Amino acid sequence: MDLSFLVLQSLSGFASASSLFVIASGLTLVFGVTRIVNFAHGSFYMLGAYLAVTIVPRLLDLSYSPWTFFLGVLLAALLVGLIGVAVEMLLLRRIYRVPELFQLLATFGVVLIVEDVVLKIWGPVDIAGPRAPSLRHGVEILGQRFPAYELVLIGVGPLVLALLWLVMHRTRFGVLIRAATQDREMVGALGVNQARLFTLTLFLGASLAGLGGALQIPRIPANSHMDLSIITDAFVVTVVGGMGSVPGAFLAALLIGQLQAFGILILPKVTLVLVFALMAVVLVVKPWGLLGRPDSGSGRVVLPEGILTLRRFRPPEAALALLAVAALLAVPLLGDPYTTKVATEILIFALAAFSLQFLVGVGGLVSFGHAAYFGLGAYAAGLLVTGPLKAPMELALLAAPLVAGAGAALFGFFIVRLSGIYLAMLTLAFAQIVYAIGFQWVEVTGGDNGVVGVWPSAWASGRTVYFYLVAALTLSGIVLLRRVIYAPFGYTLRAARDSATRAGAIGLDVRTHRWLGFTLAGAAAGLAGGLYAFQKGSIDPTLAAIPLSIDFLVMVLVGGIQTVMGPLLGAAFFHTLKDVVMPLTEFWRLLLGLAIIATVLVFPRGLAGAADTLRGRARAPATAAASA
Amino acid sequence: MPVSLPSRRTVVAGLAAAPLALSGTAGRAQGAPIRIGELNSYGRMAAFAGPYRNAMMLAQDEINQAGGIKALGGRPLEIIFRDDGSTPGDAVRVAEELLTRENVVFLCGTFLSNVGLAVADFANQRKVLFLATEPLTDALTMGSGNRYTFRVRPNTYMQTKMLVEAVKARGVKRWAIVAPNYEYGQSAAANFKRLMAAAVPGFEVVGEQFPALGKVDAGATVGALAQAKPDGLFNVLFGADLTAFVREGNTRGLFEKRTVASLLTGEPEYMIPLGDETPEGWVTTGYPWEQIEAPRHKAFVAAYRARFKDTPRLGSLLGYVVVQMIRDLLETAKSTDTEALIAALEGLQSDTIAGPVTMRALDHQSTLGAWVGETALDGRKGTMVKYTYEDGAKYLHPEAEVKAARRG
Repeated sequence: MDLSFLVLQSLSGFASASSLFVIASGLTLVFGVTRIVNFAHGSFYMLGAYLAVTIVPRLLDLSYSPWTFFLGVLLAALLVGLIGVAVEMLLLRRIYRVPELFQLLATFGVVLIVEDVVLKIWGPVDIAGPRAPSLRHGVEILGQRFPAYELVLIGVGPLVLALLWLVMHRTRFGVLIRAATQDREMVGALGVNQARLFTLTLFLGASLAGLGGALQIPRIPANSHMDLSIITDAFVVTVVGGMGSVPGAFLAALLIGQLQAFGILILPKVTLVLVFALMAVVLVVKPWGLLGRPDSGSGRVVLPEGILTLRRFRPPEAALALLAVAALLAVPLLGDPYTTKVATEILIFALAAFSLQFLVGVGGLVSFGHAAYFGLGAYAAGLLVTGPLKAPMELALLAAPLVAGAGAALFGFFIVRLSGIYLAMLTLAFAQIVYAIGFQWVEVTGGDNGVVGVWPSAWASGRTVYFYLVAALTLSGIVLLRRVIYAPFGYTLRAARDSATRAGAIGLDVRTHRWLGFTLAGAAAGLAGGLYAFQKGSIDPTLAAIPLSIDFLVMVLVGGIQTVMGPLLGAAFFHTLKDVVMPLTEFWRLLLGLAIIATVLVFPRGLAGAADTLRGRARAPATAAASA
Repeated sequence: MPVSLPSRRTVVAGLAAAPLALSGTAGRAQGAPIRIGELNSYGRMAAFAGPYRNAMMLAQDEINQAGGIKALGGRPLEIIFRDDGSTPGDAVRVAEELLTRENVVFLCGTFLSNVGLAVADFANQRKVLFLATEPLTDALTMGSGNRYTFRVRPNTYMQTKMLVEAVKARGVKRWAIVAPNYEYGQSAAANFKRLMAAAVPGFEVVGEQFPALGKVDAGATVGALAQAKPDGLFNVLFGADLTAFVREGNTRGLFEKRTVASLLTGEPEYMIPLGDETPEGWVTTGYPWEQIEAPRHKAFVAAYRARFKDTPRLGSLLGYVVVQMIRDLLETAKSTDTEALIAALEGLQSDTIAGPVTMRALDHQSTLGAWVGETALDGRKGTMVKYTYEDGAKYLHPEAEVKAARRG
């Protein structure tokens, strides 16, 4: 490898790093101030690109010069900033008082809506933007050509970094942002108008995402898959750099850009997993990212997000639960075959969601990668049945929770050392590694095509019999987990969640308890995964992919994170909704997103939480007329 | 015939058809419709699936206007479209719904290979016919093939072989490969290596790049490929990845003085976004719809453009051909029973707008071909020149390979 090649390859790396930084800086700012994990950031990026391919050509028709090109790019960025403001004022502002995770759910709803709105407005065909005038050509560097536009991009990153530094250190707004990143409550207590601060931050963050997208139009056509392709990378950059740290994001972007540029020379197939492997390594070694600080909130006393009080069922509730189970068991007798099939899936998802609730609501361990264990269970079961062993279904269903539990124990060992958003991101990283192994290890897992022929044993192959098998296993799983929640082990986990320091002080081994809890939840998800594999007849990497992890989170949150049984309701609600909405229109994602947002706004504590709130309101009226 | 209340769908369809009925065309279809369940990624893959559905509706209406399926007493066709959610899990549920609630005679469609394979296995389990229209993976008709699954489009092997036949005479030996990092890309790369090694003595691969699908880091990828100093480049990227790759490659001169063989690039779906940056002289498979002179094809293009105010894509051609094959299938089978349908479909010969198509009984792969030619710029948009229609029959997997792969 000669020198000129190494220089050019690293210039390519700098150009990607620069683009990545512009986007990630917005994400990290928004998180620092609002503590919102903003899934919609990728949508802002996509909107930036679409607006730019609409605006820039019109401006270039008026005057063909690089200045009009960049004017159009800035215009697109500002418009996206305004969209960010609209999202903040119409949606996020209404839910700052509810558990932080709900804001994540709301932003996920925005993602679904924007995806379909973009398809509706701009159509499904990719739109290639114009090249920047006077920057179309290649510049000769050490005897090789390098795109002039990318040289400009290399400069944009440091420029944005410098401007942000000026804003942060020389303006009152910037000082407030830094103050809010360090201690939001204190800033509020000092009389700063938080609503305005949040709106402005969202404007800045969304503009940066829009700028990042608009700058890409000479390189990448605007397309409806851009949002998801960027959001995970942007998360990785912010986490590796340290959430809330702009210089950290810059450093992380540089690291990832170079790693990508040279990594593909050694291992061309590494593209899928590289960034996540990096994130996992960084988080294991430096739990708060490269330049992040220990979570400022870790010392303060906050109302934990999760199950607050445990009540046993009162007689009417017990009767209701029995009735629900009876109604469920009667489905195959009363409904048509398709209803039975959907009910089977709901049961499986209910177990998966319940196991996630065990982690999130009881243990305070927010997992963004719970599908990893669902997928591990599915793969264990599927490969046992179809592989050289040709094991029977019964054995495979036994292996599913064991393998998933083992995987959870392995990953959990590292995961439980962290807390908060870093913990969530490490779960995501491990989930992506599981996904990548399933995707890439073609000889064993069948790659992304997966493996087919995963059908139940003959005695269980009928729809009704399989339904009852699933019902027996999932309901036992749920009852068992519920017992654990009510057992001293569950109380220990909740104590550790509410205050790890105090729990440690009275002699509880917080880390070990969390680790065991994580393993147990993983095993339960694995059982669900195994059952799902036999229900569908096939396994493939989507069973461990991010969208499924998000679905599980949505089920937990929609059901109610503060209730024990809420996630079951959430699973039923979400899956039924999807089933009803999907046949109606290909714009079903839009309807799903609207439904999620409506749920968040109307039932800010989830469906089951709403029932509790109603009861509470009857006792103490007019306490929470929240208007931020 | 037992009397039953019409379903909501039938009533809606009836209302929608009322204006047609009033216009009074002779010989219109009559009787209960033959329902066919079509599931595809209409949301996520709309650039392909939208034109595909349009053409299916066009063909369906034409058949029904002309008297429906004559062998079945003039019963009309009714295709029921459903989004497959783009994941195997959703697709299998939707397939179940089509079978149990909509009572469809058989299933067709799917786009992604993993979805196609999952539905194929489901069809095998439920013993219903599945006509996989779009998925390209070889496995569908080879290792994972089954009695109930048939595939229409030329698979990855066939399309790669077409390109290999077109470039082998150039004698280029040093090749680099760039392909998206998933099954389609990997299997196209593997096929290319195998076929080229057999066709060109001294063939060697000097560089390979597998960027993640939809996330190509074009600068780094182009740099790495150029560094390998190949004389030929085999490209499997498509969609947004392709546009990004071509722009970067054009600026850096990657394609200059090199032979480029590229899968699918000549398809309008992928060529339209390239616009005035369409590279010239790439050997590619595609669909030069505006230049095909066959009268039936011209009539199809005219009807399509008149009805949808849009130009046809490859998806449109495929959708139309599929419905023509379905018509011939039903006319031949004279029944909607699955066994009769399979018997009729094995070896079925269909005269389509793309040319004659046979469904090979051995592996259930149709002989629908593709147009192979070179890319060129026509004003500010891309087109194909020096193209020929390559009949798929010449490119099918060798029989011995099929028998070895499908033995299980």
